[in-house]
Amino acid sequence: MSLLNVVDLNTSYGPINVLAGVSFTVEPGETYALVGESGSGKTTVIRAIAGLAPAQDGSVTFEGQEIRGAPESVMRPLRKDMAMMFQDPVGSLSPRLTIRSLITEPYRIQGMKDRDLDAEAKRLLAMVNLPTHFADRYPYQLSGGQARRVGVARALALEPKLILADEPTAGLDVSVQGELLNLLNDLRERLGLAMVIITHNLSVVRHVADRMGIMYLGRLVEEGTTETIFNNPRHPYTRCLLSANPEPDPDARLERIALKGEPPSLLKRPSGCEFRERCPFAKDICTQTPQWEMNGDHGLRCLAPLS
Amino acid sequence: MTEKLLEIDHLCVDYETGRGDLKALRDITFNVNKGEIVGIVGESGCGKSTLISSILRLTAPNTRFREGEIRFKEQDLLQASERQMRDLRGSDISIVFQDPMQTHNPVLTIGQQMLDIQHRSKQSKADKLSHAAKMLGAVGIPDPDARLKQYPHEFSGGMRQRIAIAMALMSEPDLLIADEPTTALDATLEVQIIERLQELQREFHCAILFISHHLGVIAELCDRVVVMYAGAVVESGEVREIFHNPKHPYTRRLIECDPGHIKERARILPTIPGEVPDLANLPGGCIFRDRCDQAMARCATEVPPLDQLKEGHHAACWLNHAEATS
Ligand SMILES: Nc1ncnc2c1ncn2[C@@H]1O[C@H](COP(=O)(O)OP(=O)(O)OP(=O)(O)O)[C@@H](O)[C@H]1O
Ligand SMILES: Nc1ncnc2c1ncn2[C@@H]1O[C@H](COP(=O)(O)OP(=O)(O)OP(=O)(O)O)[C@@H](O)[C@H]1O
Ligand code: SF4
Ligand code: SF4
Ligand SMILES: [Mg+2]
Ligand SMILES: [Mg+2]
Repeated sequence: MSLLNVVDLNTSYGPINVLAGVSFTVEPGETYALVGESGSGKTTVIRAIAGLAPAQDGSVTFEGQEIRGAPESVMRPLRKDMAMMFQDPVGSLSPRLTIRSLITEPYRIQGMKDRDLDAEAKRLLAMVNLPTHFADRYPYQLSGGQARRVGVARALALEPKLILADEPTAGLDVSVQGELLNLLNDLRERLGLAMVIITHNLSVVRHVADRMGIMYLGRLVEEGTTETIFNNPRHPYTRCLLSANPEPDPDARLERIALKGEPPSLLKRPSGCEFRERCPFAKDICTQTPQWEMNGDHGLRCLAPLS
Repeated sequence: MTEKLLEIDHLCVDYETGRGDLKALRDITFNVNKGEIVGIVGESGCGKSTLISSILRLTAPNTRFREGEIRFKEQDLLQASERQMRDLRGSDISIVFQDPMQTHNPVLTIGQQMLDIQHRSKQSKADKLSHAAKMLGAVGIPDPDARLKQYPHEFSGGMRQRIAIAMALMSEPDLLIADEPTTALDATLEVQIIERLQELQREFHCAILFISHHLGVIAELCDRVVVMYAGAVVESGEVREIFHNPKHPYTRRLIECDPGHIKERARILPTIPGEVPDLANLPGGCIFRDRCDQAMARCATEVPPLDQLKEGHHAACWLNHAEATS
């Protein structure tokens, strides 16, 4: 049984259809990366899984239990096993609480009264490489990257089985980013931690993800093992995305494949293939609607895939 | 061409805390010339955001300016009146904050906020709104007209960042300060924003002070790079020098840690072992000593000066001191 099973998830805000059927699974101990265009619905996917965004249709099962649209009374105990790292680090921390209260809040929410909260705070701060005296600070007294690490410590407090991590390394320098990813890898090896990670940093994806899904306009357009996607991206959007990644070398000459035109409107989804107007490889056939097709563990939504 | 726009001279800034003064910036000196793109990189917590909030005088209440000067077009900003600062912000100097929520008022629509920042303009409201919609389109926000009626929480993280960029560009500033403006942008958009900024530099001769942890973006966008560590500048130079010929061990290690260099999947990523010094209780000698694999005896006792190694390339490390030219 998969740890997390998302089937045909749909979310609309009024007339705006933000998620138009998203499906994927995550196995215990697996790291699944969601990448894709800004605004394509990645944050909405994981917020809907955690019950923090609406999902009018589809199914989300966690350890076999259906949780889409479940009331808070069902979700609360599950949050012990399923933790969230938010995209906006400072905004997600209440400004009036000290860092000690913030990172030990999960114990209080779960009613774990027997814990020595001071000791836990120390342990968690050390885990994300922040000095112990930070426990007495307030969020505004932290740098962006320090606030991000507090969010990580909080999510790891209860040793969850699944982490839903929204840009967990944005705003961290590459050394701290490396430390954090090594920590997550260690937890995965020791505790079988599974993770859905959203990140725009393709270099991070390459090193941490087992499988990845690429989103465009509220749908997955390609999915596969990280190796397969990096070595042989078959969807034109994936190819464009991977080719754009800026290299840490001022003399790098990148052969970028540019997207045409503007991101389309969610109010007026394009007909046929929704990537058609921007696709540098579009053919006549692309006025038809491509269906999701799985070939082994490689999924694609394209009528004329690249080879 | 090297007309100085922003000059930072021996700037020292502390935060007062219960544990004593936290020395967030120490003896920071560098310039941004007219039309130049300068990148700042450095470890998380090294003082980058403190530096830019100091330039704009938008600092936390416990901030203390101890020493030094910040000059913009030869005006001393630390002596300027609050009124003069308000006039500068949003006209000559624009800022994109690290946290877009610092820019966006949660209870006003984006359209209203974009009208508000045009308050100096004599255009009609309709013209201002259409200008706002055009700017949103330029940063890749679909349906800009409809989107102007929405509130900040109705946008994705990357959209909020792009709106902040659009707002900062509206006044065609002489200096744009951007604190991690692309963390929530996918690679294709990131490139589009980089190109937009380069255009701005070419067309309006706008200078940019660009903070980022993304070394790939720094390499692609910037003319010059300032490397900070624990509140001090440890190296600065032309972008090629910094990436191909780094002279400070911290810079070298930082570049080596970028996973962008490692093409084969690695389970364990490189890091710089050890901890950053406590800014409220700084050790003597070189601030990087505890983590430096090339440290020598004198590094423990003497602070290395920021030496000029060649025209425009400075580093603060005893390893290079002998080759220094001044
Ligand atoms: N509360 C809301 N009300 C209305 N629209 C919303 C709301 N939340 C998100 N949206 C819209 O849903 C779409 C997807 O947003 P989402 O935050 O999931 O994107 P994302 O893929 O995480 O993007 P980014 O990479 O920029 O963070 C966007 O068009 C956004 O404007
Ligand atoms: N108001 C404050 N009071 C006390 N300390 C503060 C305050 N604001 C920031 N600091 C501390 O000052 C140091 C510099 O913070 P700053 O936000 O400038 O770092 P940064 O270089 O922008 O880091 P990041 O890359 O993580 O955003 C950090 O150690 C931070 O914890
Ligand atoms: S179906 Fe056609 S337009 Fe769509 S991504 Fe494939 S090639 Fe491009
Ligand atoms: S001065 Fe010494 S400790 Fe400091 S960076 Fe140079 S070699 Fe390392
Ligand atoms: Mg998001
Ligand atoms: Mg910062």
